[in-house]
Amino acid sequence: MAFLKGKYGVLLAIAIIVLILPVAFPSNYYFRIATLVWISALAVIGLNLLMGYAGQVSLGHAGFFGMGAYAVAVGPTHLGIPPVASALLGAASAGLLAFVVGRPILKLRGHYLAVATLGMGILVAMVLNNEAQWTGGPDGMPVSRLVLFGFKVKGPVMWYWITAGFLFVGAWLALNLVDSPLGRALRALHDSETAARVGGIDVARHKLIVFVISAVYAAVAGSLLAFFDGLVTPNTAGFLHSIQLVTMVVLGGMGSILGSLVGAAVLVTLPQALTVFHDYEHLMLGLMMMLFMIFLRRGIVPTLRDRIAGRVQ
Amino acid sequence: MADFLQFAFSGLTVGAIYALVALGFTIIYNASDVVNFAQGEFVMIGGMVTVFAYAAGLPLPVAALLAVIVAVFVGLALEWLAIEPARDAPPVTLIIITIGASIFLRGLAQVVFDKQFHSLPAFSGDEPIRIGGAALLPQSFWVLGSAIVIFLALYAFFNHTLTGKAVLATAANRFAARLVGINTTFVMALSFAVSAAIGAIAGVLVTPITLTSYDVGTLLALKGFASAMLGGMGNPIGAVIGGLLVGLLEAFGAGYINSEYKDAIAFLVILGVLFVMPQGLFGRSHTERV
Repeated sequence: MAFLKGKYGVLLAIAIIVLILPVAFPSNYYFRIATLVWISALAVIGLNLLMGYAGQVSLGHAGFFGMGAYAVAVGPTHLGIPPVASALLGAASAGLLAFVVGRPILKLRGHYLAVATLGMGILVAMVLNNEAQWTGGPDGMPVSRLVLFGFKVKGPVMWYWITAGFLFVGAWLALNLVDSPLGRALRALHDSETAARVGGIDVARHKLIVFVISAVYAAVAGSLLAFFDGLVTPNTAGFLHSIQLVTMVVLGGMGSILGSLVGAAVLVTLPQALTVFHDYEHLMLGLMMMLFMIFLRRGIVPTLRDRIAGRVQ
Repeated sequence: MADFLQFAFSGLTVGAIYALVALGFTIIYNASDVVNFAQGEFVMIGGMVTVFAYAAGLPLPVAALLAVIVAVFVGLALEWLAIEPARDAPPVTLIIITIGASIFLRGLAQVVFDKQFHSLPAFSGDEPIRIGGAALLPQSFWVLGSAIVIFLALYAFFNHTLTGKAVLATAANRFAARLVGINTTFVMALSFAVSAAIGAIAGVLVTPITLTSYDVGTLLALKGFASAMLGGMGNPIGAVIGGLLVGLLEAFGAGYINSEYKDAIAFLVILGVLFVMPQGLFGRSHTERV
């Protein structure tokens, strides 16, 4: 497992998973679930940069996710903007909102970013719920099929490869970022903000940069989900979704890019398995969240890595 | 003027409930540094258990007492089973645990009770009292009066009893508190029990006005958290003022500006305050030790 440590090891692992899975998939349903995992994993990688490296928690990341999703729904339908341009616009506005909200807040410590992002996420969800003439209100609105170069993009198999491509590029960018001066600065300020500041790092600016980056990741993931589902609802921007994203980060392992994929995989597939419990779904979900956090609090990937490393020695 | 009074009174009534939830947040936060997002579920348990016990034939005060006892047990169970085993975990993990607990309790309520909205009869009738052209429900006085009694009782408890002072000492410095012989494990359990009781009482009081259902806890928890942060996290008086402010702003915002975005006001205010007064209205700034 030593190859999982390096930057290229992680990318190789993702590539192998993506290439091998289709062989084992008996039906389109599995492609659909895998696509949902890739999309969530993309958003989770972005959030992990913020949580695992900058040590900041966002409880409203679904707000950015929702902005990306609604951009590709509202843009083409109401404003006549082409779908891909709408997605770019959605990512840009999510980044801009993160910049505006983050600038004053990231100078603070502790739970403040959590509260501010919580409030921001809820406000986004409320706007999506209330502005029914634009967003279709609580029922959501349809998203027209993506057409690229006269070619209709549809079906779970095709989206499997597209979203896997985005995941791969997202992971590659994140790994490079972690390995850059910015990444080193983030790790320094995660350990001690004061020490980092003494070391000449502009703490607030670095946190802001990574917050904006993580918002853009979430928005791109949101756009992909909207294209794939052909439907957007305000739930994509809701508080519960924000919490799911945060749980995926912690469950997979903070600061672990591969962990982001694992966390997303567990939390996306689990509810699929839990649907057999019908009325007990929430009960089970809450119970799992508590159990995971109590017994696997360091995250699946770091825990496994330590186990395996310990056995080798 | 009549409108103004009407909005002010409904704002104060709802604000008193937010203040009680915010106070619950503050008590647990001070004793354990945990932000307990399951705080709203105590309000839900208070309302729902009372409704079903009352429907089963128990007199209202007995049903309410039962609800508070159930909530206290849930609070203690939460502390023993979910918080204590993760004592040394980072704050994010503890936040996820309490949110998991809140989803779990909501799911449990949905199975044990149902998904309907329920109400309770008002404690002293529904005949509105007219003051200056505004119609006030007698239940509002119950809410406000009880909230004041709880605030005073807590104030007396924290400032004039040895146990209360032990809680304050633990909040100030847990390690030092343990050194002088304070049982901090007991203090933590106590803080969860007291918070749960306060939440449940709030739930009983407000159900005749706003109804209750298995999912009322989430929004209450978020607004209570916003109120606590608004007043400055960890400051009990700040929490009360923050709660009342959020309630009043909501009522006036809904009355004079736009009722569709009533629930948004709490979060707009908290964003605004964080931008201008980063430590909340009554918070103190901290200096990090290296």
